[in-house]
Amino acid sequence: MLLGPALGLSAVLFSLGVAGVVLRRNAIVLFMCVELMLNAVNLAFVALAQVYGVGGYLIVFFVMTVAAAEAAVGLAIILAVFRHHQSIDLQNINLLHG
Amino acid sequence: MTLPLLAVQGADEVSGSGLGAVRLAWLTIALPLLGVLVNGALAFVRPRARALVSLVGPGVLLGAFAVSVAIFFELRAHPPEAPLIVTLWPWLHVGDLRIDLALQVDQLATVMLLVVTGVGSLIHIYSVGYMGEDPGYARYFAYLNLFVVFMLILVLGASLPVLFIGWEGVGLCSYLLIGFWFTDKTNADAGKKAFLANRVGDFGFLIAMFLLWQTVGALDFATILARAPTVLSTAAATWITLFLLLGCTGKSAQIPLYVWLPDAMAGPTPVSALIHAATMVTAGVYLVARTGVLFALAPGTGLVTAGIGALTALFAATIGLRQYDIKKVLAYSTISQLGYMFLGVGVGGYTAGIFHLVTHSFFKALLFLGAGSVIHALHHAYHATHAHDDAQDMRNMGGLRRWLPVTCTLMWIATLAIAGVPPFAGFFSKDEILAAAFARGAEQPIYYLFYGMGALAAFLTAVYMARLMAMTFHGTTRLGEAQQAHVHEAPASMTGPLVLLAFLSLTGGALNLPAFAGGHEGLEHWLEPVTRAATALRPLTLPTGATEDTLLAAAVAIAVLGLWIGFRTTLGRPVLPASIAPPDTGLARLLNRKYYVDEIYDALLVRPVVWLSDKVLWRVVDQGLVDGLLVGGGVVGTRWLGRLGSRLQSGQVGLYVLLFLVGAIWVLNAILG
Repeated sequence: MLLGPALGLSAVLFSLGVAGVVLRRNAIVLFMCVELMLNAVNLAFVALAQVYGVGGYLIVFFVMTVAAAEAAVGLAIILAVFRHHQSIDLQNINLLHG
Repeated sequence: MTLPLLAVQGADEVSGSGLGAVRLAWLTIALPLLGVLVNGALAFVRPRARALVSLVGPGVLLGAFAVSVAIFFELRAHPPEAPLIVTLWPWLHVGDLRIDLALQVDQLATVMLLVVTGVGSLIHIYSVGYMGEDPGYARYFAYLNLFVVFMLILVLGASLPVLFIGWEGVGLCSYLLIGFWFTDKTNADAGKKAFLANRVGDFGFLIAMFLLWQTVGALDFATILARAPTVLSTAAATWITLFLLLGCTGKSAQIPLYVWLPDAMAGPTPVSALIHAATMVTAGVYLVARTGVLFALAPGTGLVTAGIGALTALFAATIGLRQYDIKKVLAYSTISQLGYMFLGVGVGGYTAGIFHLVTHSFFKALLFLGAGSVIHALHHAYHATHAHDDAQDMRNMGGLRRWLPVTCTLMWIATLAIAGVPPFAGFFSKDEILAAAFARGAEQPIYYLFYGMGALAAFLTAVYMARLMAMTFHGTTRLGEAQQAHVHEAPASMTGPLVLLAFLSLTGGALNLPAFAGGHEGLEHWLEPVTRAATALRPLTLPTGATEDTLLAAAVAIAVLGLWIGFRTTLGRPVLPASIAPPDTGLARLLNRKYYVDEIYDALLVRPVVWLSDKVLWRVVDQGLVDGLLVGGGVVGTRWLGRLGSRLQSGQVGLYVLLFLVGAIWVLNAILG
């Protein structure tokens, strides 16, 4: 039973993802960081499923499905943004600022 | 025809009478209301349908008069000891407060019913001729009918709140009719002045009602009058009646609130006759008589009432001496005569006050309608000759007897009646009031002073009325040659009512013919069930024998001497037409300008209020506080908060995520920690 290390790894991966989302400006990298966060959560679910039953596995499949859909939509958005701005640097994409 | 909720209380006392007419008392109100609806609709839809308006307007009044006569005969056949209450439907049932929309039919209400619908009918008929060419004909009759509706609610109301509906309603109609020709600003202003002066009085009326509710715990007359002698202290009764009196001084144009009535002459002349002479302005006298028990419990208020009445009678009579507008003379005369009525009810002579109210409604309506006939004739003459002189200024008249013989004769009858020459109606009623004041003098000598003021006012009444007649109908005419050809007597619809009113002015004294004239004081006995409770608390013994004869002789001498002096002095000097007449000087100027009371009120009351509204309420409170601090402050605060919020919307996704994260951790901490 590697529950402790598994959850620790999950936390580390999630934090890396958050840091990437907050700090990085490239939309593709940011997008990858989001995927990293999702997979960190998946890892936690898989680990906890060993204690609490198969519900955790089920949720992982849902998350993977949503993540795949999200990847399709997100990449399409990034493509559209690039066509419009000739850039995917999020610092320049701030039309909605107050 | 009965309403579903109709019930007559006290009916068992009139066993076997059936009470057919009393049950129909609501018809006297409903019929004029029908007139309001029809005429009001016509005013909007078919303003030119004069024939229908002429039929409906006076017709509904005649119907109401017929019902009133039926009620009178029923009450005469079976005189009730207590008022008959006709409950129409429940109105306000809140907690202990139970007010029904109920009518009260008793001897006093019947007298008022007959006066309002009887004199009202005559004036409505007169209006057909007088207002016939006015473009607002239908609107005029709608207002006039509405006035009668509210006046009848006023006299029939079985409780103070119901009476108050009528009280406010007649004020509204008065306002509407004073400003009937509202395109002229002075007329509209006169209407507003009447309304505002009455608001001051209404404030007193409301306070009196609150106090009555607090002390007596009831607002219907039957309960108030039954409970008041046991539960009311003299101080409480005094406060209540003083506030009631304030209401009465507003509605009945007494000092200090009389100032609206002379200006109210801006309305059509039949309106002046109906509302501002015969009926509405007597509402105050009616109210004092109706709540006579309360006034009897507060002798102090009786003194104030009598004092105000005597002072008003004298004060207004002196102003009447020097007015040139024929309607203004009559307006001050009305104020003066109302003062007599207040003197009468103030000393406890309720019958005397009501008697003078009735006779006054006859001869003053006649005087106003006669004056209307003169104005009508002169207006036509000026109109036909394209002259622009004032058709109401007596300085432009003179010698009109030649062209208006009928009007002249009838107005002389009214003049003799108001001056108090026997056997005309005014003699008996005025004498009774003065005798009552004199009788009260035996208890408190100050009432002798009131008697003296009343007698002097009677003298002045004779003088100004003789002056009015002399300036209008006698002497050499001041009409131009061109106008003389166009002056002619009014149509029969106008002279007919005048003849009837003249007959009533001549014979009205018979209503309460005193013993010395071979009568048996019919009105006194008629009203006895109503006034009994009040007179028992504050008895009044009228003088008899030698004292009575002396008072009578003095009254007759005063009247005849006054008429003679007024007539001689007016005709003794040439009167110049208004356009070339020099302004008055000295005392005459003071009287002509009405003691500058309007100017004094303007300086003391109107201007401070205007100043306060302008400099403080508008500039400081409205502009500074409301607009500046509240509205403006709100704007600044919102803008500042908005700026702060928009700072957060940097457009940097990373920042949003960070904030989201902080928030998520905080929420998780709150839930789990």
